[in-house]
Amino acid sequence: MINFHLDQRSGVPTYLQLVQQVRQAVRLGILQPGDQLPTVKDVVGSLAINPNTVLKAYRELDHEGLAVGRRGIGTFVADVPPSRPPDDWKALRTALQRWVDRARAAGLDDENIAALFADTARAEHISRVA
Amino acid sequence: MSAPAIRTDALGKRYGSAWALRDCTLEVPAGSVTALVGPNGAGKTTLLQLVVGLGRASAGTVEVFGFDPQSEPTAVLPRVGFVAQEHPLYSGFTVAETLKLGRKLNPSWDDDLARTRVEALGLPLGRKVGKLSGGQQAQVALTLALAKRPELLVLDEPVASLDPLARREFLQSLMEAVTETGMTVVLSSHIVADLERVCDHLVILSHARTQLAGPIDEIVAEHRLLTGPRSDAAEVARMHDVVSERHTERQSTLLVRANGHVYDSSWELHDLDLEEIVLAYLARNRTGDPAIARTA
Repeated sequence: MINFHLDQRSGVPTYLQLVQQVRQAVRLGILQPGDQLPTVKDVVGSLAINPNTVLKAYRELDHEGLAVGRRGIGTFVADVPPSRPPDDWKALRTALQRWVDRARAAGLDDENIAALFADTARAEHISRVA
Repeated sequence: MSAPAIRTDALGKRYGSAWALRDCTLEVPAGSVTALVGPNGAGKTTLLQLVVGLGRASAGTVEVFGFDPQSEPTAVLPRVGFVAQEHPLYSGFTVAETLKLGRKLNPSWDDDLARTRVEALGLPLGRKVGKLSGGQQAQVALTLALAKRPELLVLDEPVASLDPLARREFLQSLMEAVTETGMTVVLSSHIVADLERVCDHLVILSHARTQLAGPIDEIVAEHRLLTGPRSDAAEVARMHDVVSERHTERQSTLLVRANGHVYDSSWELHDLDLEEIVLAYLARNRTGDPAIARTA
């Protein structure tokens, strides 16, 4: 079991902070397959946050394949935490490298590249949650 | 989500010649926890009173679960809990007597819930309410409202008078109740940091009008701060809704509600937190034009 904490100054949405903490705990082995995540009521009671925020975080973890909700029982760390196939990872990196080269050739500096990337990822995220 | 818990259309309330609330159109989704923010005198209390049937609208309509709280009170009031500002209670009554009063006045009173809550919070049953701390009085007021088993709970500035610890404890027990019941909550507050944790929807009211309403996630995602050449500011304003703007001779800083994608290499983009967004709307002037500060 893990305890969640919140950093209100981080600017990261609350549900995403919960998601990141679970991901991190799984990565570090603090959470193992089959472990139960804190119940919605426990999280709400300890952090004074909206239950819908916790549900949203757990839905996101479910969507990522990292956790499984069992109706009426709770949410559990998935049996096989998904790991991206390494060749897929490499292909993405190569494609991104080509894109970065093109952006540099077009005169964008690193900050511009970072802003463009962040804005694109964000616009895609907004259209996905909306 | 299902049908809204509250729907207002061009709702207005006039006291003499002064409008306390005007042209207020909004929906509060069922099951949401909605924050109502605005400066003092913005019409928050007036709006909440119209929702719980304390007063008649001067213009427009208000519906709670599809009914008018004034003309059809029996369809609305048993389903609504209200905690008024400063949570007024009879200070000469003990906690036990206060609960007894609640039982006598409310047909749907859940005495088990009231007793369990009071016990869990360690509130002394025999003590007079006037002798309790501010945090404990707020908890008694919340218990009275919750034991009615409302589908909609309306709270007017519930934590304004509480110290930070009592505020946190109050919001914890409020959120636990929401988890258990799934009820809709509307609360007004000045304290934006609390709202960001507790609420999922936001309504900004100022100058007696609705300035912005929607899910907090979307509100935060849609608003950006842009810094760039002053010569291009008008072009940005054509594309996006400018909430506030500051200009120097050559540079402009715009807080915008973006219409879709923003990217232009001459503009720097910054994320905003909820408090910055709320403050920008509160600073907007009466006509809804952006607040303009000039530093030449």
